[in-house]
Amino acid sequence: MTDTTANGGPVLTTQDGTPLKVSLARALRREKMRSLVLIAPLLIFILVSFLLPIADMLFRSVENRIVADTLPKTVAALSAWNASSGELPDENVYAALHDDLLIAVDEKSHTRLGSRLNYELSGMSSLFRKTGRRVDRMDEGNYKEQFIKVDKDWGKVETWLFLKRYSPKYTPGYFLNAVDAEYGIEGIKMKPEDERIYLYLFWRTMFLSMVITGSCLLLGYPIAFLLANLPLRYSNLLMILVLLPFWTSLLVRTSAWKVLLQQQGVINDTLVWLGLVSNTDRIVMINNQTGTIIAMTHILLPFMILPLYSVMRTISPSYMRAARSLGATDWTAFWRVYFPQTIPGIGAGAILVFILSIGYYITPELVGGTDGIFISNRIAYHISSSLNWGLAAALGVILLSLVLLLFYVYDKIVGIDNVKLG
Amino acid sequence: MSEKDIIVSFSEVQKSYDGVSLVVKNLNLDIQRGEFLTMLGPSGSGKTTCLMMLAGFESATHGEIYLNGRPINNVPPHKRGIGMVFQNYALFPHMTVAENLAFPLQVRKMSKAEQEQKVKRALEMVELGAFGNRRPAQLSGGQQQRVAVARALVFEPELVLMDEPLGALDKQLREQMQFEIKHIHENLGVSVVYVTHDQSEALTMSDRIAVFNDGIIQQLSGPDDLYEDPQNSFVAQFIGENNKLEGKVTHVNGSLCDVELDDGTRLKADKVNVNAVGDRTTLSLRPERIEFEPQGLENIVKGKVEELIYLGDHIRVRMDVAGNREFVVKVRNRGQKRDLAVGQMVDIGWAADDCKALDFVQ
Repeated sequence: MTDTTANGGPVLTTQDGTPLKVSLARALRREKMRSLVLIAPLLIFILVSFLLPIADMLFRSVENRIVADTLPKTVAALSAWNASSGELPDENVYAALHDDLLIAVDEKSHTRLGSRLNYELSGMSSLFRKTGRRVDRMDEGNYKEQFIKVDKDWGKVETWLFLKRYSPKYTPGYFLNAVDAEYGIEGIKMKPEDERIYLYLFWRTMFLSMVITGSCLLLGYPIAFLLANLPLRYSNLLMILVLLPFWTSLLVRTSAWKVLLQQQGVINDTLVWLGLVSNTDRIVMINNQTGTIIAMTHILLPFMILPLYSVMRTISPSYMRAARSLGATDWTAFWRVYFPQTIPGIGAGAILVFILSIGYYITPELVGGTDGIFISNRIAYHISSSLNWGLAAALGVILLSLVLLLFYVYDKIVGIDNVKLG
Repeated sequence: MSEKDIIVSFSEVQKSYDGVSLVVKNLNLDIQRGEFLTMLGPSGSGKTTCLMMLAGFESATHGEIYLNGRPINNVPPHKRGIGMVFQNYALFPHMTVAENLAFPLQVRKMSKAEQEQKVKRALEMVELGAFGNRRPAQLSGGQQQRVAVARALVFEPELVLMDEPLGALDKQLREQMQFEIKHIHENLGVSVVYVTHDQSEALTMSDRIAVFNDGIIQQLSGPDDLYEDPQNSFVAQFIGENNKLEGKVTHVNGSLCDVELDDGTRLKADKVNVNAVGDRTTLSLRPERIEFEPQGLENIVKGKVEELIYLGDHIRVRMDVAGNREFVVKVRNRGQKRDLAVGQMVDIGWAADDCKALDFVQ
């Protein structure tokens, strides 16, 4: 054999001379095929019902075929126009627009185009509606003048610049919108201060998620410690109490917090009854950030406790004993010996809770009010109310990338296979 | 011995975990300064509980433990100043070897220079001078063991407790570590309380051995006494190999007694733990004290060879003697071929002093 492996030794072969690796792969192929067949139904189901629709949805964040599809001749004619000349396009562009709009009005697609472009530049929707109503009454020839008569916007270079900018099939517009920027007439720039919303929402989502993660850690650590150190019969009971919320509907738990936290709710009633709070200024604990933090901390607590517990369970009590026998007080023994060994658990729990809370939707929606909502609520708004799916998709892609990035960091630091849920 | 030479004293100590049964029953034990004392016994005999009470991790249900004459029941573990080596070493995995050793010095707020010097000396003592920067997980079992010993000694305690420290090592390494620990003890002069269930470990290392069973010290004596003069059947059974013969005392004559076995054989035995004529007794007999040329010995009986096992330095002969088919005789291998054959009837014999008449256990 002339073939050699990386370390210089000869390639191992089987009796008949085929390389060992080849025949091993052949031997394993059958088993691989068999296991593939076993998981095939689930794989196909997930692919068809989950992954493909999501990919399609995310694709909408850059897709912009509507301009080229609705105004094909105009887009073609515009490509010859020199936008930087500062002059209006010539007559044949207006003629092309006339031809395109006639068809579009027939198919009623010009209003859809108008609302699409209105996301980027307000006024576009009404421009297309208005023009659409008049276009079939236009006379042959001299379209430029007639269009400007219908709406003087057609006589502005900016309108055509804008149309040219959004004529390609793909656009960064949705993504720019999602980070409070716009691809306006003068190029990419941040939106005016008072129109910015998404960056702040992303920041608030991150900040609240961090607060929730922090409170989960504070509340979860002692419970995980108890779980890992109590005698088995008590710790089993405690474990059931920790897992109990998993068996209750998320909606029920969130609604329960509504009952507890509202101004006429149980907590306020108790505080008033105790005389700690006067009846006239009851504490506002719901429909704001406080409500979101309290309810989500409660809901995500098990995801902090379980990884912490699984790490703590592996720490032998003899470490603490050893530290104390060596002269450390209880606190020193905990802080210098026990706590450092729980850091993988803290990392696992914190990243898990953070990732879960950053994409949370239902709880902030129900108890968050206006200043306690997350980016996911805004995505839902664009999907179901404003119908700006492209923007929703762009926001979704950003959120998804953020989570994937966190997963990557987590995998580097802790290792995904270290996650043990109980 | 004077009071000053006693470092630890257990006085009427009892321990119960559940309030129903006692794990340690009325323990009275004085440990000498500089002594290597081993608590030996099967699992569940209460030896580890005693050690934990001494270390301060368990509290005595009744009675008092004294350290240097001072009662310590209410002294927390970190103020007792007792070094301890744990079963699985309990080396802190997130610290290097040197950091592990420096830990007891840091909590005692020693200066950096002093810490470094002591850590260095302790590492050299266990011949691990070059390993200070490694993590415990990068060391072999034997090396971890040595680090654990060094860490328990680095702050120079007067007393070191060891809880089955060699249990996780293989046989060869265990024997080597036994000698190393023994030498460290001799060189430093610290008192060591060592817990094990391995009798050969106890015999090798200890000055005195306390044999525990059922929450009670069955016998407290040096290794040789323990083997040669067991005080009761449990100790005889637990320490070394032992042949049991059961019978009844027929005559008492000073330190000797006559015993009639259940099949009618009459033997002379050393009267250790029987009181009066008519008592049931268990005779205990070491396999290596039995001779195949019994001329002139007090006890001579006939036995049938059942099995021969060749073990190199000696040959084990399993025999049927007085109805006991598990009767074992060890014959030293002197080179000449011995004409023993399975099924053969032979005379064997032993001295009355080597046959201990002990309490009868069913």
